[in-house]
Amino acid sequence: MKLDSKIPDGPIQEKWTNHRFNMKLVNPANKRKFRIIVVGSGLAGASAAATLGELGYNVDCFCFQDSPRRAHSIAAQGGINAAKNYPNDGDSVWRLFYDTVKGGDYRAREANVYRLAEISNNIIDHCVAQGVPFAREYGGLLDNRSFGGAQVSRTFYARGQTGQQLLIGAYQALARQIAKGTVTMHTRTELQDIVTVDGHARGIITRNLVTGELNRHAGDAVMLCTGGYGNVFYLSTNAMGSNVTAAVKAWKRGAGFANPCFTQIHPTCIPVSSEHQSKLTLMSESLRNDGRVWVPKKKGDTRKPLDIPEDERDYYLERRYPSFGNLVPRDVASRAAKERCDAGYGVGRTGLAVYLDFADSIKRLGEDTVRARYGNLFDMYAKITADNPYKVPMMIYPAVHYTMGGLWVDYELQTTVPGLFALGECNFSDHGANRLGASALMQGLADGYFVAPYTVGNYLAQHGSMNAEGKVTTEHPAFAEAENELRARVDRLMNIGGKQSVESFHKRLGKIMWDECGMARNKEGLTRALERIPALREEFWSDLRVPGSATGCNPELDKAGRVADFLEFGELMCRDALTREESCGGHFREESQSEEGEAKRDDENFAFASVWEHKGEGVEPALHKEDLTFEHVALTTRSYK
Amino acid sequence: MSRLARTVQTSIGAKGLMAVTGIALMGFVLAHMIGNLQIFSEPEKINAYAHFLQSLGPGLWIMRIGLLVIFVAHVWAAVKVSRASREARPIDYAFKKKDLVTSYAARTMLMSGVIVALFVAYHVMHFTLGWIDFAGSYGQMTTIPGVDHEVPDVYAMVIDGFRHPLTAITYVLANLVLALHLSHGAASLLQTLGFRNRENAATVKKFGIGFGVIVAIGNCSMPLAVLFGMIGGAS
Amino acid sequence: MQLSLHVWRQSGPNDPGRMDQITATDISGDMSFLEMLDKVNEDLINEGKDPIAFDHDCREGICGTCSLMINGVAHGPDSGTTTCQLHMRSFRDGDAIYIEPFRSRAFPVIRDLMVDRSSFDRVIESGGYISVNTGNAQDGNALPIKKADADAAMDAAACIGCGACVASCPNGSAMLFVAAKITHLGQLPQGQPERSLRAKNMVAAMDAEGFGACSNHYECEAVCPKEIPADTIARMNRDLFKASLCE
Ligand SMILES: Cc1cc2nc3c(=O)[nH]c(=O)nc-3n(C[C@H](O)[C@H](O)[C@H](O)COP(=O)(O)OP(=O)(O)OC[C@H]3O[C@@H](n4cnc5c(N)ncnc54)[C@H](O)[C@@H]3O)c2cc1C
Ligand code: HEM
Ligand code: HEM
Ligand code: SF4
Ligand code: F3S
Ligand code: FES
Repeated sequence: MKLDSKIPDGPIQEKWTNHRFNMKLVNPANKRKFRIIVVGSGLAGASAAATLGELGYNVDCFCFQDSPRRAHSIAAQGGINAAKNYPNDGDSVWRLFYDTVKGGDYRAREANVYRLAEISNNIIDHCVAQGVPFAREYGGLLDNRSFGGAQVSRTFYARGQTGQQLLIGAYQALARQIAKGTVTMHTRTELQDIVTVDGHARGIITRNLVTGELNRHAGDAVMLCTGGYGNVFYLSTNAMGSNVTAAVKAWKRGAGFANPCFTQIHPTCIPVSSEHQSKLTLMSESLRNDGRVWVPKKKGDTRKPLDIPEDERDYYLERRYPSFGNLVPRDVASRAAKERCDAGYGVGRTGLAVYLDFADSIKRLGEDTVRARYGNLFDMYAKITADNPYKVPMMIYPAVHYTMGGLWVDYELQTTVPGLFALGECNFSDHGANRLGASALMQGLADGYFVAPYTVGNYLAQHGSMNAEGKVTTEHPAFAEAENELRARVDRLMNIGGKQSVESFHKRLGKIMWDECGMARNKEGLTRALERIPALREEFWSDLRVPGSATGCNPELDKAGRVADFLEFGELMCRDALTREESCGGHFREESQSEEGEAKRDDENFAFASVWEHKGEGVEPALHKEDLTFEHVALTTRSYK
Repeated sequence: MSRLARTVQTSIGAKGLMAVTGIALMGFVLAHMIGNLQIFSEPEKINAYAHFLQSLGPGLWIMRIGLLVIFVAHVWAAVKVSRASREARPIDYAFKKKDLVTSYAARTMLMSGVIVALFVAYHVMHFTLGWIDFAGSYGQMTTIPGVDHEVPDVYAMVIDGFRHPLTAITYVLANLVLALHLSHGAASLLQTLGFRNRENAATVKKFGIGFGVIVAIGNCSMPLAVLFGMIGGAS
Repeated sequence: MQLSLHVWRQSGPNDPGRMDQITATDISGDMSFLEMLDKVNEDLINEGKDPIAFDHDCREGICGTCSLMINGVAHGPDSGTTTCQLHMRSFRDGDAIYIEPFRSRAFPVIRDLMVDRSSFDRVIESGGYISVNTGNAQDGNALPIKKADADAAMDAAACIGCGACVASCPNGSAMLFVAAKITHLGQLPQGQPERSLRAKNMVAAMDAEGFGACSNHYECEAVCPKEIPADTIARMNRDLFKASLCE
């Protein structure tokens, strides 16, 4: 596997501008002769499909939900970053670039991150023009807030529903193209495999979730915008349907998978209440701006929070990180909470929770101000827990939230399979080992609105065929082959005739992943996982029970397919975590920490992106390395003390 | 014109037509009521009023036809809208859908409307055409000051008519139904025509109920007063 | 707790369907309504029966995928709450719960409690957007917007497209959903150029999909999980009259 990141030369500020000029263009009259397959209708997919439609390409867009508007991007609460510097607090493209590389713990590609920072401003402009109702000040201008511990206010937001509003904007742009006929939308349709011809991605096979049919779709390029794989942990803040299927299929068809072990654990989520829990709910990070995190000083203290006097409380973040206090980055805050709970200071029924206390801010600002700032979050918390956070401290615990790892892509967002592109959370690109708050929405939209539409043109101008005879059609044997494999797999799933449900397997996989490959990882645990996961996979394929039939609507069968892919992917994650014998960002190897228990990065040996190549069923995947060089952001240890 | 035609073809347009015709009909009901309330003063008053109406000649016919057209338009829209709504849910819920905020009046608009229509038909046959005339007092003549020839004794016709208990009860019930129709209608039309908002919502609701109550009191007072011999003396 | 569920079962679009009684055992108050159904399904699967099909995804009350008519109320008894955010502590041990799909001619049943709401997408496609191509935009602050207008637009834009308004409207009307979009875009300067066209086209599309008309029952407003105010409908009516009579 050859890893050519295709970073344009020239000074970093001019790379993207020069590259845009150097890329080949497709003649406007010819654009409609190209069919582009966009899988996913989240921020990345919807924005890409809409923009490509506007440019005149023929687009087929797919999502598994009943409407493109329901993609999981909708759940994003906090906001989206941009280097506008409207508050005049010293922000700039350079600072956003710098913060993102540093925040990512130096495991991202400088050139990509710079482009992201550069484009961030166009995103805001475009979204405003689309009618996204961003929060505004009385003067009528856009409001900004500081988010995720950033030193500047660069986060644009729409109440607590920024992701929803941005997605609705992209969805409406998409709807416009659907009406125009440039985009054909396929809802309740799940990608099952990618078809390659002569090494180029030339189509996909999908399953219609209503009829159960397998269908072939041929195209000149395929774009995967299928989101993150956090659900490999079963419990995460992702939507129930979020899956890794598309990425795994791409991997098996030759696409390199980068840094699979880089997962982000979000510190402020509502703790698990019972074993029936199906998913975890995030409480926006902004809560940490006014809430104080603490646990009792006494081990196993069972008193009610309000009965615990001030001097018997341990505000451990403020204690350990005087300068950043409660606003330390996500990975640091999450590990600190885990450390306290593992040490036996955790609170709540399960002992797996810490307090997030607003008493002081309510005293300082008054209940109304606090309500104005966090009202909807407090209500949500009350709805779920039946506690009143205005009176008693909230209980929070970290939860899997985002996956920095993903399909490896070059500067043009193209995977190692020509014609196969990956956008949004589905790729590994810009966040390194840890994503800063409000940067994923930015990246998804940058990829979809402003990067991929250019770079795919560059690919088509060179490798796409305009004339019918050169086109690959669904009649090509590669399609029949892929379809037959899938039909066989579906039959196999339906006919195992075992006793255990899909859900029960997913839960068990999640438990393994959380215990061995979660917030803290070590050699022993990971090796254990590498034995337990294949064993569980064995059991899955021999004792699974899928009710119903393969034809018609059968949600259990849909789930079975996804879990089967998670079972393969989980192994790859653990393997990646095992080989990365350093701590960086969201990846914490217990073997690699300082005396005070802080993460220790090893730039000597691990300043690279791990890229995994599939070598065939039952064969160990091969590890390739993309070395990362840092010319503009000096490598330093992150310190928030 | 074709613009108007196209507009009323839409669900919202039809509603608008219903609202506008509704206003006209409300206006008529109100004016008619005020005119009729003269029954409480001496006979000459209402007879003179009736005579004045008759004397309008062609003007009266223009009003009558206009009223009829408005009425028909209202009913047409009502039927169109109601049918569309019925067809919108072919399979109903097994567990009866709970009504959280809607009112009885709102749910029975079509029914109350139909009842009003039947009443009007009966009413016109009663007082205007005299086809139905238990009291046998239709077409009595009388004199009023300032008019040299005889004029219909509307006063007597109404009094005699309402002395007949069944007739009086019919009028009372019919007008209660009308009041019900208007208690929703009068408020509803403000929303339909786009005048209702968060601030005035409560007032709008009160207005509807108020209008209904006024019509109920005004129109029912007459038959009841006659029935209990408060006007027109004992029979 | 133990509950007696009466659930609509329908194997496919052509199956007439029926209400079935299913007993849900050891349900805890901390479970969400959908987690209760997960539990029931787990038991059904273990008994070798077909699980109940229902739509859901985010389970955070934001994607609008979950639906369900629960004891005659869309999204169940708690106001301003989607089914996925409804918790079992709102029910008592031994309760009978009737669970049905959202009913509307424009929402055909796919299976059990799953319905097809693509009619909503087609209504948006008819004009629920602002026509701007990527790359055309001026600076985000070039055009100040009154905070009040931006907030009102946001109130309406909060619609999650769940369809509860249709399900609970005695007339099966989609007015609240359409009005929310028309209000969201109509409140903003960017939305003005297409305002009239949008009203005309979206109302026409709404009618064509077979939704009912509005007779101002306000049931939609009462069940809307995002509490979209019904005066958006008044606003939409105004836009439509102006558009189709004056232009
Ligand atoms: C609770 C929560 C809060 C967040 N808050 C923030 C925030 O405040 N700021 C921020 O910047 N980021 C935030 N994030 C992260 C951010 O929302 C996501 O990373 C981003 O939206 C991902 O967008 P996407 O387009 O890549 O994928 P998604 O939005 O997940 O879209 C995936 C799409 O792919 C489709 N799909 C998936 N698999 C298949 C398949 N096999 N076949 C067919 N289609 C498929 C789905 O139908 C969907 O349309 C948050 C994430 C979560 C979970
Ligand atoms: C004197 C006679 C009548 C008056 C004053 C009257 C008045 C009104 C008014 C003001 C409305 C409200 C319109 C709106 O909501 O925008 C209305 C609605 C309605 N009317 Fe009438 N009406 C009368 C007769 C009738 C008749 C005869 C029928 C039926 C056959 C009828 C059927 C309806 C229906 C179904 C509505 C509901 C409209 C809606 O809110 O959807 N009405 N009427
Ligand atoms: C108790 C209440 C009412 C009384 C006492 C009453 C009385 C009368 C009288 C006396 C006439 C005949 C006038 C004439 O021929 O000169 C009349 C006509 C009429 N009334 Fe009423 N009325 C009452 C209620 C109503 C209501 C509620 C309506 C409609 C909803 C109505 C509609 C009409 C109409 C349409 C005519 C015919 C007018 C014409 O064209 O001549 N009336 N009414
Ligand atoms: S208006 Fe309310 S009820 Fe209707 S779809 Fe939108 S969110 Fe759902
Ligand atoms: S409930 Fe129906 S009648 Fe109108 S106000 Fe809401 S749409
Ligand atoms: S599942 Fe997303 S709103 Fe209920």
